[in-house]
Amino acid sequence: MIPGAFEYVRAGSVEEALTALAEHGEDAKVLAGGHSLLPLMKLRLAMPTVLVDISRVPDLSYVRVEGDEVAIGAGTRHFELERSDVARAEVPLLPHVASRVGDPQVRHRGTLGGTVAHSDPASDLPTALLALGGDVVVQGPNGRRSVPVTEFWLGFFETALEPDELVVELRTPRTGSTGWGYEKFTRRENDWPIVAAAAVDGRVALANMGGTVVRATATEEALARGASTAEAAALADEGTSPSSDMHADQDYRRHLARLLTRRALETAAGAS
Amino acid sequence: MSILGTRVVRIEDPLFLTRGATYTDDVVDERLAGAVHATFVRSQVAHGRVLSVDTTAAHKAPGVVAVVTADDIDLDPIPAGLPMVPAAMTRPWLAKDTVRFVGDIIAVVLTEERYQGEDAAELVEVDIDPLPAVVTTADAARDEVLLFPDAGTNVMASFGEPAPADFFDGCEVVVTQAIANQRVAPVPLETRATAAAWGEDGRVTIWCTNQGAQQAKGQIAGWLGLDPDLVHLVTPDVGGGFGAKIGADPEYAFVAWLARRVGRPVRWVESRSENLVGMLHGRAQDQVVTIGGRRDGTIEAYSLVVDQDAGAYPRVGVVLPTLTMLMTPAVYGFPKVHAQARVLATNTTSVGAYRGAGRPEATAAAERAIDLFAAEIGMDPADVRRKNLLPPFDSPHTTPTGAVYDSGDYTAALDRVLAAAGYPELRAEQARRRERGDARQLGIGMSVYVEITGADSGFGSAESAELEVHPDGTATVLTGTSPHGQGHATTWAMLASEQLGIPVDRITVVHGDTDRIPRGGGTMGSRSLQQGGAAVHQAAIELIDLAKQRAAQVLEADPADLEVDLAAAGISVRGVPGSGVTFAQLAEAEPLSVQTRFTAAGPTFPFGAHLAVVEVDVESGKAELVRIVTVDDAGTIVNPLLAEGQRHGGIAQGVAQALLEEVLYDADGNPQTSTLADYPFVSATELPSFELVEMATPTPMNPLGAKGIGEAGTIGATPAVHNAVIDGVSHLGVRHVDMPATPMRVWRAIQQAATRTQQEGSL
Amino acid sequence: MQVSMTVNGEERTDDVEPRLLLAHYLREVCDLRATNIGCDTTSCGACTVIVDGLSVKSCTVLAVSAEGAEVTTLEGLSGPDGELHPVPAAFRSEHGLQCGFCTPGMVMAAIGVLAANPEPSDREVREGLEGNLCRCTGYHNIVRAVQTAAQAGPAAGQVPSSRGVTA
Repeated sequence: MIPGAFEYVRAGSVEEALTALAEHGEDAKVLAGGHSLLPLMKLRLAMPTVLVDISRVPDLSYVRVEGDEVAIGAGTRHFELERSDVARAEVPLLPHVASRVGDPQVRHRGTLGGTVAHSDPASDLPTALLALGGDVVVQGPNGRRSVPVTEFWLGFFETALEPDELVVELRTPRTGSTGWGYEKFTRRENDWPIVAAAAVDGRVALANMGGTVVRATATEEALARGASTAEAAALADEGTSPSSDMHADQDYRRHLARLLTRRALETAAGAS
Repeated sequence: MSILGTRVVRIEDPLFLTRGATYTDDVVDERLAGAVHATFVRSQVAHGRVLSVDTTAAHKAPGVVAVVTADDIDLDPIPAGLPMVPAAMTRPWLAKDTVRFVGDIIAVVLTEERYQGEDAAELVEVDIDPLPAVVTTADAARDEVLLFPDAGTNVMASFGEPAPADFFDGCEVVVTQAIANQRVAPVPLETRATAAAWGEDGRVTIWCTNQGAQQAKGQIAGWLGLDPDLVHLVTPDVGGGFGAKIGADPEYAFVAWLARRVGRPVRWVESRSENLVGMLHGRAQDQVVTIGGRRDGTIEAYSLVVDQDAGAYPRVGVVLPTLTMLMTPAVYGFPKVHAQARVLATNTTSVGAYRGAGRPEATAAAERAIDLFAAEIGMDPADVRRKNLLPPFDSPHTTPTGAVYDSGDYTAALDRVLAAAGYPELRAEQARRRERGDARQLGIGMSVYVEITGADSGFGSAESAELEVHPDGTATVLTGTSPHGQGHATTWAMLASEQLGIPVDRITVVHGDTDRIPRGGGTMGSRSLQQGGAAVHQAAIELIDLAKQRAAQVLEADPADLEVDLAAAGISVRGVPGSGVTFAQLAEAEPLSVQTRFTAAGPTFPFGAHLAVVEVDVESGKAELVRIVTVDDAGTIVNPLLAEGQRHGGIAQGVAQALLEEVLYDADGNPQTSTLADYPFVSATELPSFELVEMATPTPMNPLGAKGIGEAGTIGATPAVHNAVIDGVSHLGVRHVDMPATPMRVWRAIQQAATRTQQEGSL
Repeated sequence: MQVSMTVNGEERTDDVEPRLLLAHYLREVCDLRATNIGCDTTSCGACTVIVDGLSVKSCTVLAVSAEGAEVTTLEGLSGPDGELHPVPAAFRSEHGLQCGFCTPGMVMAAIGVLAANPEPSDREVREGLEGNLCRCTGYHNIVRAVQTAAQAGPAAGQVPSSRGVTA
């Protein structure tokens, strides 16, 4: 299958991309690695009339320490994050989770900014970012602004990003040697998670337990008041609204959320 | 030294690995110059009345050459071609009044460029008034909603009678279980594709990806009302078939018809999304097994009742339950065996052959039944099997359902697989994990199987071979088989080389061209080596006879004094190598070639035993295969490298059915698994490397002693893995989980067993 | 619009529709038909090629996005003398292909695996090929082929390149 026709704009800079987005408004879509967008376009589930290709924009691919945070360029490809020595040392959850995205070919193309902007509730890296905390840095006609990750994902394929804005950077706290755990439950290794749980520093985020990636707030509160891992994990699905599909009904997803949260917390405790 | 039985690497590979094979969509041919591209508009509704099809906008789209709907067609509907199916159950070329499954063809768009086809197809406006969809065999059997009202029923066919009421009388233990042998998608990596071009001579050349050119040609000619001599069908390299490319698909004939209508060549290659709704599916049986016997493990009576889901239109799936019924007794000497089947129409994709085609379903039923019986009486399933296996035999054994097994030693196969796997140690490890209450429990499952291969030889079918040696010393083999990964180019060359002494890399094997090879049975049902390979063997012997006659004149000797000189690739005087004339020299004077047909004495019945070890995470329900050990006795092996490859591929597909793969529809008949993102095709990470154990019991049915090997894996592996998963949670009270044993199913079965145990405890 | 790239060492410029997928560009514009298309969803990997030293699925890359890139397909691996690159050679010796449809993509993905990890374990080979589906081999002999190719050393993880050896 092939995408519908569109106009193609190759942006040489963030500014050029923003100009194109401003010009074409909601009809335009940003193309980075293309591994979220192009499959939808081939199935004609997405039919943008303009594609703004930012994959050649220089200086969007980096992982560096800035103060207490790690700053990651939105154009950083999953395999680059996976192999980044800075990321491995400063925020090891992220490169591990990057290594669990899709398959090697997908990781060679897919970008961190792309998966963040796509807002699929089953995405690995947004789950990890949500557990880590931090900000999504977006740039628009009026310059840059930071959106906390807790406020960025609004719904299925829906974010706080305006149509004329671009995700340019992710900022996440340095966790160093703090323990972490990531439990991804799939039927096949390279499937999207049926449910996933990321745990780090007393925070837990879940994939595929609602319209967006979500925090297991009841678990976090229980941990904060000193509950055991098992007790806290048993609350992981509280406040979530998982869907039913052919892989899992709601009850099973809730069970998995509790189970994977317990395992992720146990791993985090063991690793610290 | 004989080349037979050695690991000859494939002759066809260098081209495949440098330039790639030439599949149908790769064909570059001057006859296809200026071809237009066909794009089918398919129903998005499972069952409904077609109110209107508006092609106005599509006609105006860029590059559109034609838009064809049912109103434009002068062809009779496609008959079932199966005498047992009601005459009203025909398939229209394009749906006119009624659509019967998601994927039913409504219109076709022809465009100059392939990319234009999808754009234009989107512009065809179809208005359908939905009818209630018949999605399951249980729905269909109620006959409340009929797919073909004129037929008065959804039943396409019935085979056999109900079991007598007293069938299980006297049994100490009777266990019954409904078992779903779920619908799966064959998914050859190459989707369906065809191209058609009419010549000025009034003949049409059709390229298509298929497992038997000659059969497909006959069908297409019949459907289009053409003299078969006017159809030239070519199957280029074929990217996998697995049964789903047996027989012509309507699309192939229709593309040929379109090419005549528009006066230009037409090409079609389907997308995977189209393939997953348009290509035949496999299995799709709802079974009920009942097994009765004594507490000492002796089985006295066994019954299998099948509801076969045939999908919307009758294809070969209608008759596959007869193979299931034939193989119902399996490897056992059960005194009483009953089998019965009913075939039902549903608003789903039609069902056809899939690797094993009716036999895996029989083995799965029997092997599950044995395990259920073993669990009920508390006996090791290996012991129950041993107690009931047929004793070794080397003269034909006739089963209660009329199958005539050629030879077999099922106990030896079971013993070998248990020994190779280290069965007692596995059981000990399982006991330790159970004792500790590990989250990851061990499940051990086994199957012992017998299957029928080359079944068509039971109906007198033969296979053709033509062999010619050329003056340059090379040889050409023309075969009626239709390799699509099996490596006939290599194996047939080995068979000819063995007799003639011509090196395998100087022998070219040609297949899949009905002008060059008018007669052939194709490759299906694991028939190729025992029929087509045997035909090549026979052709080589006949060619030697011919060569001796000619050499006798050249050498002025008595033919009886001559023999093959393998080193020289020719004929020499007996005992005097190098004294004679080469085949190449003989071919210089006049062509040295023979045509032959080989008819096997009968089908063969390969057998074996598989043992699977799974780890089941009892907290999540996820089962992972960690080992699979197999004994697959296919008689004499010509090329172990290729035979092992056949076993490997079958095992993977068998494992996939047990653990992963299932075609799913929602209650309205909408497919849920119509992309490879949704259909869980087994990947490398879900499989271990396989442990193969050798065993070879030659058959007397052909001079090679070979039985079929292509389907052993799916037949043996599926029940072994399925049984292993259930064994892994049996200590928690689980007796059965349907396939595929998904994490949710296994977890739910554990929960339900726990609830049952609690309730029983509180009584 | 115009796109320029180097395909199997040959620099070329073509006028293409923006929506043309790299896989179709290679097959139909460049007439390199070894690269196959087996799905619509970036699932099967049959279309895998090497772009600028990395294995990618060419069905999910626009040809115009490959502007300036260096692309290697199966046809670009082996020398004109017919000598096979170590990975296809190992696929032959270990019978790592049957119908051959997944093979071009599988070979290119395997080169990618060995480029990233020259001495993989069996499990690492399987994980490295998780994005490539094969219906015929059960992957058993593919894993053996990759291990055999690894014995050939660094060449197994490299493709011929006009800019020096990459992958």
